[in-house]
Amino acid sequence: MIRLPDPKPEILARRPQILDGLARILPPDALIADPARLKPYETDGLAAYRQPPLAVVLPRSTEEVAAVLRFCHREGVRVIPRGAGTSLSGGALPLADAVVIGLMRMNRILEVNYADRYAVVEAGVTNLGITRAVEEEGFFYAPDPSSQLACMIGGNVMMNSGGAHCLKYGVTANNLLGLRFVTIEGEVIDIGGRYPDAAGYDWLGLITGSEGQLGVVTEVTVRILRAAEGARAMLAAFSSVPVAGQAVAAIIGSGIIPVALEFMDKPCIHACEAFAQAGYPLDAEALLIIEVEGSEAEQEALLARIRDICARFDPISLKVADSAEQSAAIWKGRKGAFGAIGRLSPDYLCMDGTIPTGELPRVLARIGELSQHYGLPVANVFHAGDGNLHPLIMFDANDPDSLRRAEAFGAEILKLCVEVGGCLTGEHGVGIEKRDLMGVQFSREELKLQRAIKSAFDPLWLLNPAKVFPLEDNPVLAA
Amino acid sequence: MSVAEAPGSEAALCEAIAAAHAAREPIAIEGHGTKRAMLRPVQAARLLSTRGLSGITLYRPAELVISARAGTPLPEIEAALAEHRQMLIAEPPDPRPLFGGELPATLGGVVAANLSGPRRIAWGGMRDHVLGIRAITGDGQLFRSGGRVLKNVTGLDLCKLLTGSFGTLGVLTEITLKVLPAPEATVTLAVEVPDIAAGVAVLSAGLGSPFGVTGAALWGGRALLRLEEVAESVRYRAGRLQALLAAHGPVRLIEAEESRALWRAIRDGQALAAAQEEAIWRISIAPSEAPRVAAALPWARLLFDWGGGLIWVAGPAEVARHRAVVAAAAGGSWMLFRAPDALRAAVEVIPPDPPALAAISARVKAVFDPAGVLNPGRMRAGG
Repeated sequence: MIRLPDPKPEILARRPQILDGLARILPPDALIADPARLKPYETDGLAAYRQPPLAVVLPRSTEEVAAVLRFCHREGVRVIPRGAGTSLSGGALPLADAVVIGLMRMNRILEVNYADRYAVVEAGVTNLGITRAVEEEGFFYAPDPSSQLACMIGGNVMMNSGGAHCLKYGVTANNLLGLRFVTIEGEVIDIGGRYPDAAGYDWLGLITGSEGQLGVVTEVTVRILRAAEGARAMLAAFSSVPVAGQAVAAIIGSGIIPVALEFMDKPCIHACEAFAQAGYPLDAEALLIIEVEGSEAEQEALLARIRDICARFDPISLKVADSAEQSAAIWKGRKGAFGAIGRLSPDYLCMDGTIPTGELPRVLARIGELSQHYGLPVANVFHAGDGNLHPLIMFDANDPDSLRRAEAFGAEILKLCVEVGGCLTGEHGVGIEKRDLMGVQFSREELKLQRAIKSAFDPLWLLNPAKVFPLEDNPVLAA
Repeated sequence: MSVAEAPGSEAALCEAIAAAHAAREPIAIEGHGTKRAMLRPVQAARLLSTRGLSGITLYRPAELVISARAGTPLPEIEAALAEHRQMLIAEPPDPRPLFGGELPATLGGVVAANLSGPRRIAWGGMRDHVLGIRAITGDGQLFRSGGRVLKNVTGLDLCKLLTGSFGTLGVLTEITLKVLPAPEATVTLAVEVPDIAAGVAVLSAGLGSPFGVTGAALWGGRALLRLEEVAESVRYRAGRLQALLAAHGPVRLIEAEESRALWRAIRDGQALAAAQEEAIWRISIAPSEAPRVAAALPWARLLFDWGGGLIWVAGPAEVARHRAVVAAAAGGSWMLFRAPDALRAAVEVIPPDPPALAAISARVKAVFDPAGVLNPGRMRAGG
């Protein structure tokens, strides 16, 4: 298990005064201190870790957020920003001496401008909520993490979330124009605006993906895009992983960038088929879901080209959807992958490394060996276009040894990703989960540099401490 | 300024910077020095160039990534990509038409300046495609950020922080970029428009359509919309767009090479036809503000890209004109892009940060460059 810093005894001792202080700056219904009501906040999408916080505040405005931060800064109280709590890396895990700032009540769409193609929304608007607000006019917000029904844009910004369609549309960082950002001192700063590439340092780029280390985001200006005329998917099944990898390289080499290019290995195909009856071929070792966009005729033309390319690699089957319904059926299996694995195993760890796509056969072969070694089954889904790999390690959380083996197995996979030229996390963030592996990817000096930037924003390390950066060498927390 | 030193290895560059740090000796950092007249003049007697670090170090077309040392000339990278029918996504401008000089830009230079061309509106800017960097801090420490994969959220994103920092936070030594297949076909739709507001309306209609417009500019009384797709799609989409825009006026199609030349002229700001003694500003603003900005600058020659939101302004290099541009750009961002030394040394060339951000900025600068030796004065006086 990952070590968390000891709570500050003087903060725990002053809990009543801290609660009083918060009660003075917030409306009564915005402060939660009752242990039973703190329980829902004790964990996030990384449910193996649980810790109720000192208190939870649910502000409704940037001013309330700023007041809470000013107060916590003055009192030396640690702060954990939280959106929907869907982080898979423990990004919103509380500490016993910390105040959780929950942004879910800041859920208003403030402005939509179709002529200039942006929307200004509060941090607690859900990812899908943005698209819902603009889809009547044919627009959408592009990044689509699989938790998009629940996850909030503030959390997306903090984790730089991706999704299945980022091969074409990019990740969160590529779809932002501006932020309203509150520092630990309670200063409100507008970063960027309603236009791209503000002159000066790219604070927007630095803050995006900073996992709550630098400040709290309360408003977000996103680019909205006009949706394509339509989209259609096809399935291509292959008899081996390397051959499927070659087909992916050939598609991209041909100059076509599909809007999505997803890969599943055999265990994943079986789990998803049992769950969704999507018509996946059960004898395949590897399955690709390939989606293109455009008018009916454009879809036909692109899929015909892709079908011809796939045909050169002796596919077991090729199936082009005839209709939107068939496309949806093809996607249903993939989108239900995590749920499908959940039916096979009481618990699973969803890993999130990225590898150079050419390394896929070698990496999957090694993951297979590790699965044998640790005695835990694994299923792999993979954003094949961009190299983002999601091995799902099945284990039993009620068995401490099983959890220990699952964590060790996961760590081995991530080390392997770095070893072949990739990285520890493609879209889920470092959080608690991968904190102690940061030394695998970065040198001690590089981590020191990153910590110093954190310190430039948050000298006392009150913001989401003990995440992202290993505790050794920490200027504040190591003591 | 003296002749540039150009260390031939990363290690030698580290040593040179460490020595400057130890001596508290300011250094100007450049590649080929093509954009010396951009932003403010650097206050340094010593000049250090990355031109000794040159060459492509990794290119995997099927993985859409290319890495090259910072001093690699951009045309060398573009040629390597073209062999595999790929391209730099952000379409960075060639500085020669506006800044003069013989040498092309280096990769390090366009990344350090975060320069992006017309395709920025559709596919993102330079900052969106920098996947990894190697760079040297102001005290001579080599560090890496990002990597060579398309999706990476491991640690703070220093790639974006360094992109557009004009060598004031670190000296880039190697950069990995995402690239994309070059379009199979292209066409531009041109609509004659009576004024800026009508022009922006055409661009907005194009960009708000489902047809994937990759260039949207306003120049010479024409609204210009570019398509870049596979051949079948270009034909189909041009037809649909033509129908969509018919209400705005007659639509003319500009094909293949003529279209490419047109967008090069827009990309490079050449279309502004600025005289050497004139100043050039770049404003980034919400496109619907463009008519108001234009009305506030009746003396200026203007070129509108990015759907109307990127406004190139050319005019006399005078402080009063600069103040007028800054006032007109309210609600957006602005940059004195090119000017004679007298003007660019006399005024702020980018907007000031609000005080709370300026304080953070100073602390971040001190983390990277504790002695303040890297490109002093390049972006802001005294910074």
